[in-house]
Amino acid sequence: MLSSQIKSNEIVFGSCNKDLLEEIIFYGIGLGADFVEIFIENTDNSSVLAEEDFITSVSPSFGKGAGIRIFKEKKDGFVSTNDLTKHGLMRSVTQAIEMLDITDNKKREVFNGLNKHRDYSLYKKKWINEVPSIHEISEKLLVSTKSLKKNNKIITRKGSYSRNLQEVIIASSDGTYVSDIRLHQTVGLNVIASDAQYRSSGSRRFGSSGMPNEFRLWDHEKAANEVFESSMNMLYADYVDAGQMPVVLANKFGGVIFHEACGHLLETTQIERGTTPFENKLNEKIAHESVTAIDEGISEGSFGSLSVDDEGMEPEKSVLIKDGILKKFISDRAGELRTGHKRTGSGRRQNYSFAAASRMRNTFITKGDYSKEDLINSISDGLYCKSMGGGSVGATGQFNFAVEEGYLIKNGKLTNPVKGATLIGEAKEVMPKISMCGNDLELAPGFCGSISGSVNVTVGQPHIKVDSITVGGR
Amino acid sequence: MNPREITTQISDAADSLNLKKWDYGASFSNDYSVQVDKGEAKQLKASQKQILTLRVWNQSNLVGITTTSDISESGIKKALKQANIASDFGNKNESTEFSPLAKDPIKVTEIKKRSPVGIKKLLNLLREAEVKLIESHKSIKSVPYNGLSESFFERVYANSDGAFRSYTKSQAALYLYARAEEKNKKPRSSGSVKLGYGVEDIDIESCIKDASNKTISHLNYSSIETDKYLICFSPESFLTIINAFSSMFNARSILDGVSLSNKNSIGEKLSTEALNIYDDGLHEKNISSSPFDGEGTPTKRLCLINKGRIENFIHSESTARIFKTIPTGHAGLGSKVSVSPDWIVVEKSEENSDLKTTLDHSSYKGEFVYIEELNAIHAGVRASQGSFSLPFDGWLYKNGKKISIDSATVAGDIKYVLKNIVNIESSQEVTTSGISPHIWVDELSITGDA
Repeated sequence: MLSSQIKSNEIVFGSCNKDLLEEIIFYGIGLGADFVEIFIENTDNSSVLAEEDFITSVSPSFGKGAGIRIFKEKKDGFVSTNDLTKHGLMRSVTQAIEMLDITDNKKREVFNGLNKHRDYSLYKKKWINEVPSIHEISEKLLVSTKSLKKNNKIITRKGSYSRNLQEVIIASSDGTYVSDIRLHQTVGLNVIASDAQYRSSGSRRFGSSGMPNEFRLWDHEKAANEVFESSMNMLYADYVDAGQMPVVLANKFGGVIFHEACGHLLETTQIERGTTPFENKLNEKIAHESVTAIDEGISEGSFGSLSVDDEGMEPEKSVLIKDGILKKFISDRAGELRTGHKRTGSGRRQNYSFAAASRMRNTFITKGDYSKEDLINSISDGLYCKSMGGGSVGATGQFNFAVEEGYLIKNGKLTNPVKGATLIGEAKEVMPKISMCGNDLELAPGFCGSISGSVNVTVGQPHIKVDSITVGGR
Repeated sequence: MNPREITTQISDAADSLNLKKWDYGASFSNDYSVQVDKGEAKQLKASQKQILTLRVWNQSNLVGITTTSDISESGIKKALKQANIASDFGNKNESTEFSPLAKDPIKVTEIKKRSPVGIKKLLNLLREAEVKLIESHKSIKSVPYNGLSESFFERVYANSDGAFRSYTKSQAALYLYARAEEKNKKPRSSGSVKLGYGVEDIDIESCIKDASNKTISHLNYSSIETDKYLICFSPESFLTIINAFSSMFNARSILDGVSLSNKNSIGEKLSTEALNIYDDGLHEKNISSSPFDGEGTPTKRLCLINKGRIENFIHSESTARIFKTIPTGHAGLGSKVSVSPDWIVVEKSEENSDLKTTLDHSSYKGEFVYIEELNAIHAGVRASQGSFSLPFDGWLYKNGKKISIDSATVAGDIKYVLKNIVNIESSQEVTTSGISPHIWVDELSITGDA
């Protein structure tokens, strides 16, 4: 008796919360909201850092919170709280209603109660017991940093691991009622090499979603070799000469160019703001005919994959660009409401304290017919970007990103390593210049920061050739 | 629970788990923000947040930590247990202790706190600001990025040795980022940010004017030829560079091998003797000031560069002990304690006779590039190597004309920048990240697409 009373007055993970959720949604609709959405999460995270031959940081964290979003016509009010009691959630609904200044509660939307519970978490509840222990993680990280110690030029060795386990409940006034558990693990290695006045760095990061055993399968030796070789290759590199030139971008994380240059501009949040040059270009050519681009959330284990988005919709595979023609935008609930583009299962947020927004998931350019060598052989004087750093896109569509490991191309051959390069351009101008796509598509994990916080994504592409781009250097 | 009650709760729970040594930092906040779109409310947000970071020391004096938003009795107990488990993996190579200054008096004259104005007033103010900004020039078509917010928070530090300190504060922020469009030209965008203790402290008119002037000033743009140029850094852009390379003064970064400095760099000449740089978290113009750091050490003014030479590093408790000095009030609270600057103040020293004082951004007639704002810092700065390659907003001054520069980057090396400062203007400007005058640097590479 006592137990059921407590449950009806507070969200309890792992229990049926339907009555309480319905009561809160009825309350919001009764006050005049057009739409009520409740997003509740329970997190259990930990991270471990190894430096040189020591574990220097172990940081567990846990927490609970709710984000309540109320729509009235095209505007929305969003309230987040750590208080998961009935009183706390009701208070948040009231606050959102008051913020939106909803006074007319006669024109009520109909709420017919929540649909049958879609529980995506059933087979995932055991994950927490299957992920590696801190002890196991620490041992493997220490072996990894030890394997980076390949010569005396390596002055700094780091290995880091983080695990995020997020249990979510999503309910809304269209009947949506789902539960899910998400697991993301990421592990990275980086080094700094130094010799007299010369310095270089190398890094690689790996990540997966929903695969508790993945860290155990991670090939740390291969990763350590890649990081070491990259730092050695770049140690004595000269600064690149600035200018306009053709470039070949490597596969995997090379896909950050598409993510930054084009992907963000295909999110409906950009249409809402009027900041994308592609707003009225549906079914028009916006890229070279060799470019077909996909955004999806369904590849098993990929860092940007999800069973259900943060608005309770299963993710779809969206063909954004087909043979250079713009086919679709990435949309969430607010995007559909404000721009008319149908939802794509892309409503995502970092956590309960952010309202969901249209965000990329696994985004990549599909493979073409060429080998990597074909692309390089086609350039007499240019740059090969083997490893990319971070990047960003500005308010008017201009993008930039750093080249972590680059090589000059002379007469169709890779020559000297160069450092300090930054690729700069605008999506509208660069997309038509992607003239050749390789046959070696691969994905790489990353974190994307934007309006709804930092979310896990993958970027990807085969090797691609851009006919001309501005390379910033010295 | 109030902070005293939380401290008691933690103390009792720690006793029951036989944990003798612990400390914690906590933050409780209420935030309200609005965004508008062409006169209409777009998104209105409110949040109530609490976060607690607990550290415990086990019997081997190794530290474990846990962070949680669950400050219930059971949440606190769970956090202590997790921290205790994590302490088994505590860093054996570098110990952590309480700050020896965690009970020292805090030097704060006044903690400014305002009352909430409420969402409706925020919304009305932002609506008016958006309209005024759009009406300020026919080419300004929208304000795609905008927001007005107010935050009210309390921060606490306490430990098992009896240290207890807290403060409450308020802060408000307004940002307006306008987009201008003209026929046959690329859209141009620029903006302004203003901070205050409360909404009533924010100069909204000046934010509108700055955003408008900046945006309009970039309407007539041209590409720039790739070459080396005489550069004038705006106060904001110079502070961006200094903050990006603050690992030069950071004892944690030095110990981690990711700084350009080393343990023996105190006294090293980095720059012209005319340059002084301080970190001054308690400066009266610093809206975000905090009277103590994550370890409870009082915040204070610290000279980083004195007459061109490195004078001090910033420290946490553990780095200070290793460097045989005292903590400086720059620590976070973490499993591995981070160190970061608070608020940089750049000024001209008394030893300034070698400066070319004819270089003044408002009157100099020769050719130079004015860098107003540097972008994409996270992508273009290699702090451990000292190099940067960054896109920027700015102008080319040439033949008496000022032309906005389209799509360009500036690249260089921080040590080169500091060594090649040719003028430090006299007048300082307050920005959101510190105070600096305009700084002139000879011969930096600019890449354009002309």
